[in-house]
Amino acid sequence: MGGIPHDHYEPKSNFEKGLEKRLPIIGLLHGTLMIPTPKNLNWMWIWGIVLTFTLALQIITGIVLVMHYTPHVDMAFASVEHIMRDVNGGHMIRYFHMNGASLFFLAVYAHIFRGLYYGSYKAPREVTWIIGMLIYLLMMGTAFMGYVLPWGQMSFHGTAVITGLFGAIPFIGESIQTWLLGAGAVGQPALNRFFSLHYLLPFVIAGLVIVHIWAFHTTGNNNPTGVEVRRTSKEDAAKDTLPFWPYFVIKDLFALALILVVFMAVVGFMPNYLGHPDNYIPANALATPAHIVPEWYFLPFYAILRAFTADVWVVQLVNFISFGIIDAKFFGVLAMFGAIAVMALAPWLDTSSVRSGRYRPMFKWWFALLVVDFIVLMWVGARPATFPYDWISLIASAYWFAYFLIILPLLGVIEKPDVPPATIEDDFNAHYPANGSSDAASQPAE
Amino acid sequence: MNTFRKITLAAMFALTASTGFAESERHVEDYDFSFEGLFGAFDQNQLQRGLQIYTEICAACHGLEHVAFRTLHDEGGPALPEDQMRAYAEFYEVFDETLFDGEGDFRPATPADKFPRSAMATAPDLSLMAKARAGFEGPYGTGLAQLFKGMGGAEYIASLMAGYAEPPACAPDDFDGYYNTAFASGGYPEECKDHGHNTVPGSWISMPPPILGGDLDFADGHANDVHHMSEDVAAFLMWTAEPKMMARKQAGLTGVIFLTLLSVLLYLTNKRLWAPHKYGRKND
Repeated sequence: MGGIPHDHYEPKSNFEKGLEKRLPIIGLLHGTLMIPTPKNLNWMWIWGIVLTFTLALQIITGIVLVMHYTPHVDMAFASVEHIMRDVNGGHMIRYFHMNGASLFFLAVYAHIFRGLYYGSYKAPREVTWIIGMLIYLLMMGTAFMGYVLPWGQMSFHGTAVITGLFGAIPFIGESIQTWLLGAGAVGQPALNRFFSLHYLLPFVIAGLVIVHIWAFHTTGNNNPTGVEVRRTSKEDAAKDTLPFWPYFVIKDLFALALILVVFMAVVGFMPNYLGHPDNYIPANALATPAHIVPEWYFLPFYAILRAFTADVWVVQLVNFISFGIIDAKFFGVLAMFGAIAVMALAPWLDTSSVRSGRYRPMFKWWFALLVVDFIVLMWVGARPATFPYDWISLIASAYWFAYFLIILPLLGVIEKPDVPPATIEDDFNAHYPANGSSDAASQPAE
Repeated sequence: MNTFRKITLAAMFALTASTGFAESERHVEDYDFSFEGLFGAFDQNQLQRGLQIYTEICAACHGLEHVAFRTLHDEGGPALPEDQMRAYAEFYEVFDETLFDGEGDFRPATPADKFPRSAMATAPDLSLMAKARAGFEGPYGTGLAQLFKGMGGAEYIASLMAGYAEPPACAPDDFDGYYNTAFASGGYPEECKDHGHNTVPGSWISMPPPILGGDLDFADGHANDVHHMSEDVAAFLMWTAEPKMMARKQAGLTGVIFLTLLSVLLYLTNKRLWAPHKYGRKND
C-alpha cells in the first residue's frame, strides 16, 4: 500500500506467520493503524474520526430503533411514541439518533470546508474527494428518508416537496416521481421503500468510507502546508511523519470526547432544538403546514433551490433558449444539484499551483466569504421566500457558483502565492521550537 | 435600476438585519416552570393539579391517546400512589375487542390501557401538544430565542389558556370564534389589518375559553385563578409530551460529567504523548 516509505508489519510468532500466509489481515490492520501521518496536522484534521464514530452511532442506534418501529402509515407515528415512552432507554436512543444526524452533518461540513481551504481535493487526491462527495450525497438521501419515518406533518409534506423536485424534470418527471413514491401520492408504498433504503444506505456509506480511507492512505494525508511528505528515504519520511497510532488516535479521541460533551448536553437538555415542532403532529394529507422547512443541514441547498424564480433573468434566458423545456422549477432543481456538482469539480476548477490556502493571500478572503455565504444560505433557507429574503438568497446562490466557476479558476492565474515551507518538518519545528528556547520560533521556516 | 436598488436594499438588510416586519404576531408569556433549566424537575403537586384540570375540563373534548394510565404512577411524573392510579384508570371505559366472543364490549380501563382518543373530531389529541407547538421563535430566524428560553411549548399552552380577551374594537361583532392573543393560526378579520399587517396580536380560535377561573378546587388548596390553572395544565401537558424528561436530564448531566472527565484524561495523555516530539527534540 501507501507510497510513504516506512517499516511494515513483520509476523513474529508461528501463528502470525501462518495466518499472514493465509489471510494477511493483521498486516492490513497494522498497515492501516500505523500509517505514517504528517505530524503537523492541526485540529481541523479530527473530523474524520468524528464522522466515523457518528456513522457507527447512527447504525447502532438505528438498528435498535428498527426493533421497535412499525413502517405503516397508521402505526409509524404511534410506534415512535412507543419507543419514546415504553421502550427501556428508548427516548435516549431515539434522541441520540435524531441529533446524531445533526452531529453527522456538522462534522461533514467542517470536514468539507477543511478540504476546500487546504486544497485536499487537489491532485493526487481527486478520487478521495469524489468518493467523499458521493458519501455526502448518500448522507443527504439517508437523512431525508430517515426524517420521513416518524410520519409526522413535516415528514409527510417534506416528502411531497422533495419528490416533487423530481417531478420538475421535463417529460419524464412525473413518471419518475410516481416510480419513486410507488404511487401517485405520498403513502404506504413510499414509507415502505424509504424505510428499506434508510436501512440500506448507511451500509453503502460504510463501504464507501472504507474506499475513502483506502484512497487517502494510498496518496497519504494532506496537511496544513499542502507540502507532500518526503519519500526520498525512510529516514526523511520519518522526519515528516508520526504513526497514526497512538499519536493521532489519541489526539482525535480527545477532540471527539470534547465534541461529545456538547452533543450529550444537546441530547440531554434540548433534544428538540434542532427539530421542527410540526413533526410531533401526525401526518395529515389534508392539512399542509404553514411553512415547510427542511432540517438545518439541508437549508443552504434548499435556499439555492428556491432562489431561482421565474422573474430572474438567467432563468428567463435559459427558459427561452431551451424552448421552455427548462422552466423555473426545473432550473431550481438543476441549480441545487449543480451547487453540489461544482463542489465535486473543485479539483479541476482550481488552477493554483499551491495547494494550501495558508499560502494564498487572495484565496483566503474569497474562501472566508464562501464560509459566510454558506451560513447566509443556511439562514435564508428557513426564511419566507419574500423580499428581501428572495434577493439575499439569489445573491448568496450566485456567489456559491461564482466561487467555484469563476474565482477558483481565475485566482490560479492572477494570484501570487506565498512560498510554502520546504518540508513538513520545517513547518512543525517552526511551531514547536526545540528545547523550549523561545527565540527559535523566530527562525524562518524556509 | 430597480434591480440595483433591490440588491442594495437586500444587502443593507443582510448587514443590519433590521426589518419592519413583526416577527411574531401573537403574545406568548415566558412562564417560569419548575422543569426548566439543567436541574429543573416536574412539580408532582402541579402535575396532579394539571391532571385534575385535564380530567374535569379538557377531557370532555380532547384525548391523550399516547399516554398509558400506569405512567401516572411514574416517579418522574405525577407519581400518583398505585391504588389511586388504578382507581383513576377504572374511572374510564375502554372498548375491548376480545370481549363478548370477539364482538367486543366496553370494560373499565386497567393501568395498561391508554387514555381515550379525542371525543370530538375537531379537538386535537393533547399527548404531544407541548412539543408540537413552539412558543418562541426568532429573532430573524436565528433560533436564539429558543436557545435561551427553550422551545416554549408549555408557555404557549399556558398563554393560550390565559390569552382569551375581549375582541378588539376593529373586529365585527359576528366574527366567528373567540379572540385569543396567543393564537396565531386562526381566523382574522380583514378589518383588523393595515396594509396586510395585523394590527392586534393573536387571532380567533374556535375553542371557547376552557378555563374561567374558580372552575374547580384543588385538594392542596392551590390558587384556582385562570393564570395558575393555565400554568398547571400546561405543566401537565409538558409531562404527557415528554414523560421521560427527568431521566433524560439526569442521563445528560451524567454523560456531560463523565465525558468531561474523559476529555481531561485524553488531553493529558495527548500532551504527554506528543511532548517529546514537540518540545524534547535536540537542537538540530
